[in-house]
Amino acid sequence: MEILVCVKRVPDTSENEIEVNSSGSDIERDDLVYSVNEWDNYAVEEAIQIVENAGSGSVTVVTIGDDESEEILRREMAMGANNGLLLSDDAFENSDGKGIATILKAAVDKGNYDLILTGAQAEGGAAQVGGMLAAMLDLPYASLVNKIDIGDSKLKVGREIEGGNQEMNDISMPCVLSIQTGINEPRYVGIRGIRKVASVDIPVMSASDLGIDASAVGEAGAKVKRVDYFVPDLGDGAEMLEGSTEEIIGKLIELLKANGGL
Amino acid sequence: MPQIFAYIAHKDGAAEDSALEMVAAAKKIDPDASVSAVVTGSGADLDKVCQDIAASYSEVLKVDNEVLSYPNAEIVRKALVNILPKGSIVLLPHDTFGMDLGPGLSIKNDSAFVADVVGFEGIDGNILKIVRQEYSGQVSTHVTCDISAGVVLNIRPGVFAADESKSAGGSVVDKSGDAGDLSVTRTFLEIVEAEAGDVDITKSDVLVSIGRGIEDEDNIEIAQELAEAMGADVSCSRPIVDSKWMEKSRQVGTSGQTVKPKVYLAMGISGSFQHLGGIKGSPYIIAVNKNSKAPIFQVADIGIITDILDFIPELTDAIKEL
Repeated sequence: MEILVCVKRVPDTSENEIEVNSSGSDIERDDLVYSVNEWDNYAVEEAIQIVENAGSGSVTVVTIGDDESEEILRREMAMGANNGLLLSDDAFENSDGKGIATILKAAVDKGNYDLILTGAQAEGGAAQVGGMLAAMLDLPYASLVNKIDIGDSKLKVGREIEGGNQEMNDISMPCVLSIQTGINEPRYVGIRGIRKVASVDIPVMSASDLGIDASAVGEAGAKVKRVDYFVPDLGDGAEMLEGSTEEIIGKLIELLKANGGL
Repeated sequence: MPQIFAYIAHKDGAAEDSALEMVAAAKKIDPDASVSAVVTGSGADLDKVCQDIAASYSEVLKVDNEVLSYPNAEIVRKALVNILPKGSIVLLPHDTFGMDLGPGLSIKNDSAFVADVVGFEGIDGNILKIVRQEYSGQVSTHVTCDISAGVVLNIRPGVFAADESKSAGGSVVDKSGDAGDLSVTRTFLEIVEAEAGDVDITKSDVLVSIGRGIEDEDNIEIAQELAEAMGADVSCSRPIVDSKWMEKSRQVGTSGQTVKPKVYLAMGISGSFQHLGGIKGSPYIIAVNKNSKAPIFQVADIGIITDILDFIPELTDAIKEL
């Protein structure tokens, strides 16, 4: 089983407060801690487990970005992915979802994969790249996958749907699946693991290596463009309790009593 | 102005809430738009939905086929590609079905795609101005979208107030014959229902709900002690279940339980729209979070900016002394 997992380097929201910068052109990037997108990390773990259980095959992790994105490829290789692939070109900057899917499609076409995994979504919350990639490749697709059983030429996959229910499907291979968090328990990556892959060569492919028309991706190819970031005016919001902890707790207990909480 | 079509999600012969929300969303794009509905399914349930929805849409396109009795996104996509005119604006709910369908549909239609739309701010020629959120609602963005070749827009459920005017007086048009080849590479098998837990949090009056801010499995104890002191039950947000620290039956949100307590204490929960979608009945919400930008503070009644790991034990002690 040859598996490709598409991953992305993102600001780690559990480590950072995300704020809009003073001009609204971007979020405040100073001092941000970055990591691999949480959904993608589950996807990589799932791929590694599939290959481990099959006893054959390999996992390739691919990302689009610059040298800094190479770090997360190494992190996922330290987890157990066999190969990394960095897609890097100035022409890729400011791609919209379709642009990203176009670049990934070109990378998929260069390989021979039975299964392609993405995270269900990333920091933008669009949940779009997996479905676009599958449609471009004319491959079957299932989103929000939280269970995979491997069969001979097909998979049985569970999709997480509303109400905590699970929608079971048969899907033929090759196919594209977007992976929901909670499907497994991603393994811990230690310093030793990172050191082991520190000097492994990670190939880099540009737009021309991939045979991509630069005008179809990046800013030039994007139909969807982010204009600015802003903090919406949401009216009143919560009444904030301030003061010493003792004062806050005193007020809170009164409010709880008044509203049926105690 | 391209024609606007809304996909109508329905179950057991009744349209979902999103059906009337999308009328409202379409009117935000163009107040004068005559909006068409597309309903796929089979049999009497489908006919009932089409009749109900005709009051709200100027035209209802019906696609009746046995294979559409369960909404498999792959089949629905094939039908929509064949039925809708090129260059259309297509509205879908941004739920687990819309996420499955929308991105691929946009590729097959060769049109643009914008997910999780929370607002529209006008249209200038072929450029539609849209409001979205990123980072689980911590920041908002303005986005422009070139709709000259059409667009698929996934609309966040619950954001656009349902248009209840029901004055469209539309007619139902049977498009079943135009749906084309509906063969599949992905076959729906069954729905596995969520397992019931030891406590039914949908019946709880007071919930102490914990999120990522609890940081460690061992810390869940402090929330249990607070809940015990208050006579409340403990619930949680998605990351706690993903970490296998609590049962899925304790999870509040669109992918978990829908709760309707009187009082909801959101402890270290940032408040993504999926989480808030599982809280109904306008409870009194108290949010405690060390991140002042957490979206939960926008919807809570009372907010406290502090670390729950320090705050919860002190609150528990104070309540025990009452």
